[in-house]
Amino acid sequence: MSDTDTIRALARRAAALRRHIVTVASAQFAHLGGSMSCADLLAALFFDYLGPRDHFLLSKGHAVHALHACLVELGTLDAAELTTCGMPGSRLAGHPTRRAPGVEFATGSLGHALSVGVGIALAEQHRRTGARTVVLLGDGELQEGSVWEAALSAPRFGLEGLLAIVDYNGFQAGGAVEDVVPLEPLAEKWRAFRWNVREIDGHDLGAIRAALAAVPAPRGPSVIVAHTVKGKGVPGVEGTPRAHYTTLTEEEARQTLAALEGAATR
Amino acid sequence: MSGYFAALSAADVLVELAERNPDVVLLTQDFGAIGAFTARFPERHFDLGISEANLVGVAAGMAHAGMLPFVLAMAPFVSMRAFEQIRDDCAYNRNNVKLLAPFAGLEAGPWGATHHAIEDIALLRSIPGMTVLSPADPNESLRAVRAAAEIEGPVYIRLGFLSPLDGYEAEFRVGEAVTIREGRDLTLVATGGCVGTVLAVREALRADGISARVLNVHTLKPLDRAAIERAARETGRLLTVEEHSILGGLGGAVAEVLAELGTGRLARVGLRDVFATEVAPYPELLRLHGLDAAGVEAAARALLGLG
Repeated sequence: MSDTDTIRALARRAAALRRHIVTVASAQFAHLGGSMSCADLLAALFFDYLGPRDHFLLSKGHAVHALHACLVELGTLDAAELTTCGMPGSRLAGHPTRRAPGVEFATGSLGHALSVGVGIALAEQHRRTGARTVVLLGDGELQEGSVWEAALSAPRFGLEGLLAIVDYNGFQAGGAVEDVVPLEPLAEKWRAFRWNVREIDGHDLGAIRAALAAVPAPRGPSVIVAHTVKGKGVPGVEGTPRAHYTTLTEEEARQTLAALEGAATR
Repeated sequence: MSGYFAALSAADVLVELAERNPDVVLLTQDFGAIGAFTARFPERHFDLGISEANLVGVAAGMAHAGMLPFVLAMAPFVSMRAFEQIRDDCAYNRNNVKLLAPFAGLEAGPWGATHHAIEDIALLRSIPGMTVLSPADPNESLRAVRAAAEIEGPVYIRLGFLSPLDGYEAEFRVGEAVTIREGRDLTLVATGGCVGTVLAVREALRADGISARVLNVHTLKPLDRAAIERAARETGRLLTVEEHSILGGLGGAVAEVLAELGTGRLARVGLRDVFATEVAPYPELLRLHGLDAAGVEAAARALLGLG
């Protein structure tokens, strides 16, 4: 497949992921914004980058609907099961659990998975398997000190197989990250921690692929700071504080699905 | 032998385990070289520095990837700073991490209450799927480490100040308390270094014709309920002795069993919901908090109505 074809195929996947997320968010209160903001990143990871031996940890566990959507697209989960999320007896909870088939690690409490990723990458490096470990972090999550403990330790072991991605959508539950506790200059922070840093538009699949292709970088772990839009793809909701945790009206869902239809067929 | 050195010899037993199992790795917290292990397996010893939360998260990740990590980190810090990593990343995610925790109880003495671990049993035993061990002497520590390696799932091994117990060589079976001495009038229920103390107390009581059973609860979780029930039915009175808060630890666990059983009289020796704020060497701190032989003996006599 040519690069253009691959990117087109990934755009269709990303649109499919967003449709699944919208289906959930129109049936219940959902962490819509953070799920929609990472849909392009997850499409590129799950349908272009990750191999069967590789590891993926959703450190920002509240973006669970995006992960469940990937599992549907991978065929491990039935689409009809998505809206059972959080319902009595469902295998799907409001954060990733090991009950859900295909979820590698249960997360939810923020600030955990980068350390776990360091451990997995350390084990894989020790055994020289070549397996890669990807950890998707939220931006608000970076206020957890444990993230920086992990960030400090990974270069010590030269973990080239470790990739962190920051879904930098700019909002957390309490408002704009910049107003709550600012992160800037974020890329410089990671550089100061001796990570290989790339800063991209997290909705530009070409840029995402190029950044992924640059991993592993020599001598240490990599981080992609991906600038995204909270609730990306939901007209009137994207880029607003409401996007974090909400339920969509019928009209909002209809408009979003129509917009996604347009995007996927372009 | 201090808890730290007990931990170091426990690390030596890891050499034996690591020889047999290439997945065994040692993760430490700013401890430098760890005896024979680092000498023999430098590439399998990872020091994560001063970052308990990260240390335990990393261990969980290594276990997730199929390794068998042993974490050596000070009891007060690993049990509290990394509590959520133990709960979520080790226990909830079912990762096979073994935590070796020296400096349990008051061993750090005059370093102060920040360095005392008097809540770790209460914390760790509240986590589903956790195994909590508290061996009584240096050799039992080695047996506990070997036993921990044999079971699947996260294990916390509390290593306090431990003197060798003469002639004590009971096989270590996880979840089975050891009746070290039989007795009729009461049971001294102890864990960790307090087992040595209650053995001395038993001899002092015997001189007065009091027959005390000694039960070594080396496994706080899963708790040997049957041994406690037997002690309650056969001796009526139980005195728990632990270098830990009387809330939620051995005393709390035994109280839960007795309350559900509806029988047995209980008294608890331990930190009585206070920090050990006195500046004093370790043995003096034990005395001040009723954890020396005289204090335990007085508590036993009070429980027998002989106060």
